[in-house]
Amino acid sequence: MKNNRSISFGEAIREGLLQASEIDPSVIHFAEGVEDPSAVFGTLKDIGKEIGQNRMIEMPVSENALTGVAIGAALTGKRPVISFHRVEFAMLALEQIANNAAKFHYVSNGKHNVPLVMRLIIGRGWGQGPEHSQSLESVFAYFPGLKVVMPARPKDAKGMIIAAVEDKNPVLFIEHRWSHYAVGDVPQNYFSTGITGPERIKTGDAITVVATSYMTLEALRVADALERVGVNIELFDLRVLRPLSLEAIVESVKKTGKLLTIDTGFRTYGIGAEIVSSVIERSFEFLKTAPIRLGLPDHPTPSSASLIKNYYVDSIMILEKISQVVDIAPSVLEQLKKSIVNERNNIPIDVPDPFFKGPF
Amino acid sequence: MLLSKGSRSVNCLANKLMTLEKKTSLALYSNMLKIRLVEEEIASRYNEQEMRCPVHLSIGQEAAATGVGFALTQKDKVFSTHRSHAHYLAKGGDLSKMIAEIYGRATGCIGGRGGSMHIMDPEVGMMASIPIVGSCIPLAIGSALSDTLDGNPVVSVAYLGDASIEEGVFHESANFAKLSNLPVLFVCENNLYSVYTHISERQPPRLITSIPEAHGIPMVHCDGNDIEAVYASTLRALDNIRSQNGPFFLLLDTYRWREHCGPNFDNDLGYRSEQEFMEWKMKDPVEQYRKKLLAKKIITKETDLELTDNIQKEITVAFDFAKNSPFPELETAINHVYA
Repeated sequence: MKNNRSISFGEAIREGLLQASEIDPSVIHFAEGVEDPSAVFGTLKDIGKEIGQNRMIEMPVSENALTGVAIGAALTGKRPVISFHRVEFAMLALEQIANNAAKFHYVSNGKHNVPLVMRLIIGRGWGQGPEHSQSLESVFAYFPGLKVVMPARPKDAKGMIIAAVEDKNPVLFIEHRWSHYAVGDVPQNYFSTGITGPERIKTGDAITVVATSYMTLEALRVADALERVGVNIELFDLRVLRPLSLEAIVESVKKTGKLLTIDTGFRTYGIGAEIVSSVIERSFEFLKTAPIRLGLPDHPTPSSASLIKNYYVDSIMILEKISQVVDIAPSVLEQLKKSIVNERNNIPIDVPDPFFKGPF
Repeated sequence: MLLSKGSRSVNCLANKLMTLEKKTSLALYSNMLKIRLVEEEIASRYNEQEMRCPVHLSIGQEAAATGVGFALTQKDKVFSTHRSHAHYLAKGGDLSKMIAEIYGRATGCIGGRGGSMHIMDPEVGMMASIPIVGSCIPLAIGSALSDTLDGNPVVSVAYLGDASIEEGVFHESANFAKLSNLPVLFVCENNLYSVYTHISERQPPRLITSIPEAHGIPMVHCDGNDIEAVYASTLRALDNIRSQNGPFFLLLDTYRWREHCGPNFDNDLGYRSEQEFMEWKMKDPVEQYRKKLLAKKIITKETDLELTDNIQKEITVAFDFAKNSPFPELETAINHVYA
């Protein structure tokens, strides 16, 4: 049988978690509704049947304590995986994450390890409003001692969740709910990508584009469209926000002289702010134009679809920004926009785009 | 005072009938005395400004730590707070490593990375000290969960103060510990004050004893200045936990003699009265037990002096060790961010 087959990002997460749990008996799972009918959007479905229900720990609605419990278990030999349905729920656990998970290895002078995975699901659309749709990666990326990853594509979903479970450190594994629907080729065997990034997924010299999570998919669509008219952008899927590795991006900017960052979350104090400032520090003289940052504007997410028209970054917005610094004839730009709109086929802006068909 | 009065105390009367072996009595006394003398030494040397970190001293609270610590086995695990010196020493901690840690030296139990507020030494089961109120509690629950899954007959202890009862994380942890029937001993040292604020200004006039009860957790409330009562109550609690009856809560009334943080007395500040302080000082756990052991002829004035002298020598050795130890190298500051 072919090792690669096409599955969704969500299925890839489940497969990675199941295989990692089967291989390592110290893996235990925590979630609210850990074995309920939805099993965290299906990502934990039937794992308990395979590995034993005593390793599937129902989490009372006590996010801070149960995160502390998972840290305590990690200190004493377990590899806990906590799955949060919404990143906002993890805000209740920020005390344990910031004070304990991030610090234990350091303050104990290396005597303690916290091999912990916290899955934080972010999202957008369908009127989720201000407290069910945020993308708070920069909050977590602030703390040395935490690893923060944001896979975008199905193969990475599996390889990175396995890497996160295998890692000796607390890993915040941020999944975009819309990416869950993305489909692509994923190997069936157990494999790890390591906690490594960024990954160059398009090579070009027109501009360096750095995207995170679901925004990588939106940027990829733009890269594909531009490629058809002979413009090649260099697109990085950042994948790992902390520890942040900038070498490849700096090298790329030296080549292209232009940089665009695309945050999944807020633009102000976003991941793009860190990347842009670091790149400027290291390759100022190579920049031909001022770097550009895209991200959410400075207001909470409203629920009504009519209020989010210009809120989320999408491929049209990315294309327009690129056209400000890359030579694209106006007629070509209009034609590209039309083709992207047509690809979306008038799907409303608040539901996932069906273009996730992979393979990527 | 909210707690003791009319408390439905499951009390320690029955336990008091237990007679301790002479060597146990001596060990308990000796450890309390050691904690007292160590803390006083820290207080007296603090102004030299070589211990360059905050210190939260346990003077007045020696019986609570000693009674609990000595009832535990070496394999039991302890999770402590900012006021951790006594907990560490009662768990078999290494005095020299503790003092070196407070002096910020490379030979400290964690190489000078945490100082007084983070005393930890997993080798003796001192898993962690966390200076955020309530923050260590769920860690103890997680440790108990691990041991339960692995079938290890080990108890995890969560030390907490009266203010932890005000933290959500305490209630969340108690709920989960009971739900999962975990081998956890909650030890609440009620010293009445959160920094300068009396418990009556922070909690309604209900008994703390009602809190574990509401969580369905059995408890014992006893005089935290009575070493034998604390020791016997802890043994009873541990017996209950090791019989797989789930978590247990120990409420110990005690009093911090000196300021919340630092080496001084602070009755002059006016947040508590000299009279209240003197009332508690009369209940001095070390002095009470000294008198008792003298009366029982377990110690004599001579052997007591000799013991004091030996402990003082041990303390001098520890401070000399710390002060003669190297500081950690600057370039190591970046180590251990990631494993």
